[in-house]
Formats: sequence, C-alpha cells, structure tokens
Amino acid sequence: MEYVETGKKRIRTAILLSIIPGLGQIYNKQLFKGIAFLIIFALFIIEMFNFGIGALNGLITLGSTPGADHSLFILIEGSLQLLILLLFILFYVINLNDARKVARLWAEGKKVNTSLKSVLLNMVDRGFPYLFTIPAYVAMLFAIVFPVLVTIFIAFTNYDFYHIPPAKLIDWVGFENFSNIFFLSSYRDTFFAVFGWTVIWTLAATTLQIVIGIFTAIVLNQKFIKFKRVFGIIFLLPWAVPAFITIMSFSNMFNDSIGAINTQVIPLIDALIPFVELQSLPWKTDPFFTKIAIILIQGWLGFPFIYVLVSGILQSIPEEQYEAARIDGAGVIQRFKHITMPAIFTIAAPIFITQYTGNFNNFSMIYLFNEGGPGSIGAGAGSTDILISWIYKLTTGTSPQYSIASAVTLFISLFVIMISLIVFKKTKAFEMED
Amino acid sequence: MANMLKSQKTSRIISKFFTYFYLILLAVIIIYPLLITASSAFKAGNVTAFNLNFDAEWTLANFSRLFTETLYGSWYMNTLIIALVTMVVQVTVITLAGYTYSRYRFVGRKKSLMFFLIIQMVPTTAALTAFYVMALLLGALDQSWFLMFLYIGGGIPMNTWLMKGYFDTIPYDLDESAKLDGAGHFRIFAQIVLPLVKPMIAVQSLWAFMTPFGEYMLAKFLLRTPENYTVAIGLQTFINNPQNQKVALFAAGAILIAIPITILFFMLQKHFVAGLTSGGTKG
Repeated sequence: MEYVETGKKRIRTAILLSIIPGLGQIYNKQLFKGIAFLIIFALFIIEMFNFGIGALNGLITLGSTPGADHSLFILIEGSLQLLILLLFILFYVINLNDARKVARLWAEGKKVNTSLKSVLLNMVDRGFPYLFTIPAYVAMLFAIVFPVLVTIFIAFTNYDFYHIPPAKLIDWVGFENFSNIFFLSSYRDTFFAVFGWTVIWTLAATTLQIVIGIFTAIVLNQKFIKFKRVFGIIFLLPWAVPAFITIMSFSNMFNDSIGAINTQVIPLIDALIPFVELQSLPWKTDPFFTKIAIILIQGWLGFPFIYVLVSGILQSIPEEQYEAARIDGAGVIQRFKHITMPAIFTIAAPIFITQYTGNFNNFSMIYLFNEGGPGSIGAGAGSTDILISWIYKLTTGTSPQYSIASAVTLFISLFVIMISLIVFKKTKAFEMED
Repeated sequence: MANMLKSQKTSRIISKFFTYFYLILLAVIIIYPLLITASSAFKAGNVTAFNLNFDAEWTLANFSRLFTETLYGSWYMNTLIIALVTMVVQVTVITLAGYTYSRYRFVGRKKSLMFFLIIQMVPTTAALTAFYVMALLLGALDQSWFLMFLYIGGGIPMNTWLMKGYFDTIPYDLDESAKLDGAGHFRIFAQIVLPLVKPMIAVQSLWAFMTPFGEYMLAKFLLRTPENYTVAIGLQTFINNPQNQKVALFAAGAILIAIPITILFFMLQKHFVAGLTSGGTKG
C-alpha cells in the first residue's frame, strides 16, 4: 500500500516539476536528458521575447503605418511564429509524457537509463524511425503546411491590387471574401458557372479515360491477338510523351482556320464515310466545341495509365475462375460483370479516385489548349476555365485578387479532401495493418 | 449441329474483325498527332500548322536554329538541373520515410500515416498566392531553387505512401534474420532491404524526374525572365501564336524532350503496375 502511495507521489512530483521542461527529467535522475530539455525550453523563451511576441502581435494588427510596415511580411512572420509555437506545444506534451513514463518505471522498480552513454544509445536506437522521417516532415512543413496556413490567413484579408504592401496596409476582413463569392452577384455568377463546368469536366473527362482504358485493356487481353507488344507500346505513347507537348500540339491542330482537324481529319471523315457531311467546326471560338475538344483530348491523354493498370489486374485473375463460371453456364456478359469488374474495382478504385481529383485540378489541359477561353464570363474567368485556372488568372492578371483567389483555393481544398475522405472510407484505404 | 458450329465460327470472325478494327483505329488516333508534330520538325520553310503532308522540303535546320537563335539550350539545362535535383532529393527522402513506416512501430506512427494520407489530398499547387508571398519574402521569385523545393515537397506525401506500400511487400523475415546475425539499423536498410526495392526506386525516380519537364503552372508563375524558363514554358512561347514563325522550332524542341523521356519510360514500364497497386490499395 505504502509502495503504491510513494509511487503515485513520485509520478505526480515528476509531472509537476516538468511544468518547466527538464526538471522532471532531472528528478528522474536523467541528468543529460533534463539539461537538453532545459536548453530547448530556454531557447524557446529567449526566442519568444526577442521575436515571437512581436510576431504574434503583428499577426493580430498586420501593421499600423503604411509605407513603414509591410503587412505581408508581418503576416508571414506571424504564421511562422505560430508554427514554432505549435511545435513547442508538441515538445511540451512529449516532455510531460516522458516525465510521467520514466517516473512510473522508477515507481515500479524497473530499470531506467541514467548514464549519458545508455541514454544516448537508447536515443539512437529508438530515435531511428524519427531520424529517417524528419526530412520528409521538414519538406512538407515548408512546402505544404506553411503555404496552406498562409492561404487560410490571406483568405480572411483584403489583399488585392488596391492593397499592395508596403505602400498600403492589409487588414483582416473576416468572412467578406467568402460572402462575396457566394452572394455578390459579379463573383457569385462566375463562381457557380466555373464550379459547375469544373464538375462536369471532371466527371466527363475522367470517366471517358477510365472507360477507354478498361475497354482497351480487355480487348487487348484476348488470346488470339497478334502483335500484342506493338499495340501495347503504341497505346503507352500518350502517357510517355510529356503532356504539355501533346496539349500544345493539339492546340495547334484544333486551330479553326489552319489546324489539321479542320483541314485534314474532317475532310477525310467526309470522304470515307458515306452520307456524313461534316463542316469545319469552331473548336477554338465556340465554348461548346472547346469543351468537347478538351474532354476528348483528356481521354486520349489519360487512358494509357488506366489501360496499364487494368491490364496488370486482368493478368492476375486466375483462368480457372472463368473456366468454372463457363461450366456453370455464365455468358460473356455475366462473367464480365461478376468476375472481371469486381477484380478491377477492388484494386483500382482508390487510383480511379486520384484520377478524378487530378482532373479537378488539371490546369495544363485547360490553360494550354485555349487559355480557358474563348471569351470571358466575368470576374476574370474564361468560358472553359475550371477553378484552378481561374485562381491562376485571379493571381496573375493585371488587377490581381489575391484574397479572393485564396478563398477559392480553400474551397477547392476542402471540396477535394471531403470527396477523397468519403471515397477512401468506402474503399477501406484507411484500414491499416497490425 | 453443323449449322450451330458455322454460326459460332462466323460470330468469332466478326468479333475478331471488330477487335482488330478497334485496335488499329485507336493506334491511328494515337500516332496521327504525334507523327504530324514530329514530322514538322524536319520541314523547311514557314510551318504554321502541323499536318500530314510529305511533299515538304526536308531539313535539319530547325534543330540548329533552336540552339543558335533561341534560348532553348538554357531552358533545357535549367530543366535538367531542376529535374535531377528534384529526383535525387525527393527519392532519398521518400525512401527513408517509406522504409521507416513499413518497418518500425513507433509512437505517433499511425497518426502521422493518417497525416500523410490527408495531406496528399491537398491540391498544393492551388496555393499560388501563398507561394508568391513566400517567394517575395525570400527573394525567391524567378529562382529555380524555390521551384525545386516546391516540386520536392509537394510530391512527398503521395510518394511516401506508395513507397511504404512497396516496402510492405518485402518479407519481414529477411530483416529479422539479419537482426539475429547482429546487423544494425543501417546495415539492414542499406544492404538487405534497399536492393529489393530497386524497381520501385527506379519508377519513383522517373516520375520525380518527369515532373519538372511537364509541370507548367508553378514554373510559369514563379519564373519571370526568359533565361530562367524551363522547357515547358519556353516552348509555349513558340506555339501560342502560329504567326510568329516558330511552330517548326516547337516541334524540334519537343522531339528532343520527348525521345529521351519516352525511352526512359519504356525501360521502366514493366515495374509501373506493381508500384501503383502495392501502395494504392492497402495501408
């Protein structure tokens, strides 16, 4: 009984002392670790007083004197400080946990590493996984997490071409950008038009490439086919050649007056197929035909990936399954429905989803083919712009709307994450081993 | 009976006919645009549009014009440097991380794996304004190192996930027996497991290498002076206006990019499926 009491007391003391990181560790007789924790704590305090408090305060005000205070840099410094603060909180929690754990080891009379050598050895051994993952985390922190944080902040400011620091200050405006997008008629109409087309484009183009991909894989998987390798190589070409090259080539081919489609392909179709009389089509000047063209081109560009994936899956389906089904009297369609399709979808469904989210943000296809045009539908967007290319135009145009662009970026991110989460949950990608 | 056999035979012939018809049609649709683009590179005179026309006068002059009259040489070098750095750094980072997530059970593993899975859904390229502001602060506008950094960081979550999936397919017994023989962390990683994931490393290297060659938006957004362009934005200046007489140069420049990349692609192609399915489907 007494043992339990002193044990509990020990743990409580260690945790209480660890309110100043390091002291709990020293109390646990881990001198080296304690000093290391104390140093980290001291560095953080010094950093806070010299830079941190000012930076966090700046994040609230975003500067007060136009010309002298550069609101953007104040915003960035504040965000950076917020990140440092979060990392420190993480460290603090680890510190408390460590003090409690080691104190419990003492209380239970288990062996505790106290000498410098054994602590270091233990750190190398147990720290190995952290050592190996730190580079990935540092890169993601600065290339993804930090930009996302800055985007979130800017979406709540009035950063646009009227407010370019350092001449002007930037201010917090709350949800104004979001309410503009959803309620102010000039932005609202554009936003819903662009969003609607983005969804249609994503569904049509991706489904097309998946259908062609699966169909081609199944056709080419038949046993009797000669020159299988030749066809296989040809069908991979659209994936192998960098997409920007082919999109630019197609952009030239679909030129209304001189492009190969109007001058060669359509006359050829007219000549080959009786009773068909196609005219030259306004591919680049009529939004409807531009939309048709980019969906078809994306089918051309995207099907090889699906075809390769599905071919691999088809070859892994055991022949006996089909034999057994045939003996049971299943027809071609039934075999396809009950053996082939399930096999494809259980393996490839998550990858199909990445194809949909990829096309949702397929900037190159939209922008390189016709720069989002033809024409304009207001607020800087062209008639075939999708959300990502609209963001690009809002950011790079002659009168940039950075804050609106950031708000749309947030919308895209949330939308894509939500869809992916729903589907990943359904396809059980979240269920992990162990 | 004979009738039935006969009808079966005809239906088989019909199905064969449609199979080959489809395959050949698809092959033509794929080859046609590539062929007319490639052939334009060798045409003399002013080419304004790609088409199937073999009466032209053939020449190699477009290739020499590319290097003497335009900045194509510097664009190619810029892209090559960005691509190599991106490839080496990214593949190193994701190999280390993928190995760790596959082989070690440590505090925070599950949570951070979840973090990887969610963060790879964030369409980072959309954060243009944030990149712009960061570049302003760092003086990194028009600098290729910032672009490399974004390429490296942006690809990490998804590729670490795929890498981990591939490491998972290597049997654990191997490391267990090496551990019994007294091999340390580094020995097991470098000498036992690493050689077995070479195919996946090759595939990931190719993808990381190809990104800077194909990526347009970030490069166009961040690189401002023509000398610093990558090939994608450089070549676009040749073709966005057919009147400026550089369409044939575009074709020539495109060939010099497409051929090496396509060759690399076909060399590694047999590893693609394993790489894709092993990581994409399970945790």
